[in-house]
Amino acid sequence: MAVRKNQADLTATEKRNFVDAVLELKRSGRYDEFISTHNAFIIGDTDDGERTGHRSPSFLPWHRRFLLQFEQALQSITPSVMLPYWDWTADRTPSSSLWADDFLGGDGRSGDGRVTSGPFAFGSGKWPMNIRVDGRTFLRRSLGTGVRELPTRAEVDRVLAMSVYDAAPWNSSSDGFRNNIEGWRGPNLHNRVHVWVGGQMTTGASPNDPVFWLHHCFIDKLWADWQRMHPKSGYLPTGDTPDVVDLHDTMKPWNDVTPADMLDHTKFYTYV
Amino acid sequence: MSRPTRRQVLHGSAAALAGAALAAPVAFADTAAAHPADGHGQAAGDEPSGGHEMPMPFDEMYQGRHIEGWPADEEGGQNGGHHSSGSHAEHRAGQAGPHDGMDFVVRIDNNDLHVMRNADGSWISLVNHYETFTTPRALARAAVRELQGADLVPVVTG
Repeated sequence: MAVRKNQADLTATEKRNFVDAVLELKRSGRYDEFISTHNAFIIGDTDDGERTGHRSPSFLPWHRRFLLQFEQALQSITPSVMLPYWDWTADRTPSSSLWADDFLGGDGRSGDGRVTSGPFAFGSGKWPMNIRVDGRTFLRRSLGTGVRELPTRAEVDRVLAMSVYDAAPWNSSSDGFRNNIEGWRGPNLHNRVHVWVGGQMTTGASPNDPVFWLHHCFIDKLWADWQRMHPKSGYLPTGDTPDVVDLHDTMKPWNDVTPADMLDHTKFYTYV
Repeated sequence: MSRPTRRQVLHGSAAALAGAALAAPVAFADTAAAHPADGHGQAAGDEPSGGHEMPMPFDEMYQGRHIEGWPADEEGGQNGGHHSSGSHAEHRAGQAGPHDGMDFVVRIDNNDLHVMRNADGSWISLVNHYETFTTPRALARAAVRELQGADLVPVVTG
């Protein structure tokens, strides 16, 4: 069975294989298609209009499918590669091995935020910003500047304890597990991590930073943890909700997969 | 949803005070660098958007950048010379309906910054997409700080 691991537990070879596969997707142009897709949904998803990838119940199954597609693209380069997850409640400082030069590289430098070390640094020549919201062509980070602290385990546990998946009006003002983990309400988990990393991670083109995938992989794991804690709580809503993806509605852009298809991650991978 | 009149916006004083207090650390950061471009921009633009009131237009220099904003469907007005076509082009093609009249155009040095209003009346931009701001003006100023002099470019959504 395919296993997704904590990034802190990866071997040197696993890190290298992951990085090399990501760089190859970038070189071939396939990586940027993922950025474009994400950016299009970020712009198109609105609280009082159609919403699929964000600020809606399908935030979790949409990103589960998006990550699966990216993971499959990586595996077309190196079949053994799996997405790792970043538990930011545990590895919560810029000195974490996540940010070492043999993996994602370090913080941005002061002044312009440019990442200057690791495989994704501008100087490597292998990580151009082709899909961007401003003129800067280098990966940027500003770890812990936009917000000082990453979410704590206690904050995560508080959100995991919420037994209702989602609630009307099914957007950024909702109560329930989904909006609290997304971060528009409550202690702010997912959104806050984007802000903590800074740089492109704060923009609609956030997959420009490879840490996007490790962050969302942990969000995906937390959804799996929540399902195990609340076996009687299902995805909501289950039908006839305008502008919102119901349990058995297909999701754009794939149009052949529903939230129901995404509920059981063990069909695809397990977590350790 | 009916759009409030300007008078309703101006008289939303309770919400305005609460919003202003929340917005203050961001909206008034680096005020020494902020030079109102005209007489009415500075005060009017700080009207918060609490609830569903449409914020007032603004037009100022902030940290050396020209930031301006106005309701997207406002005809004529201070920015009548350039319409919001660029901003709307970034939306899904032909999008209208519930957002009509609720959108706000924000520009930095004449380039469109895509912005969005949340259900609670707060705002986000494409540059700061995971944190909310009380007003489009606060959002524009945050974007200027984030851009560090870089120009916005037209959004590619594939």
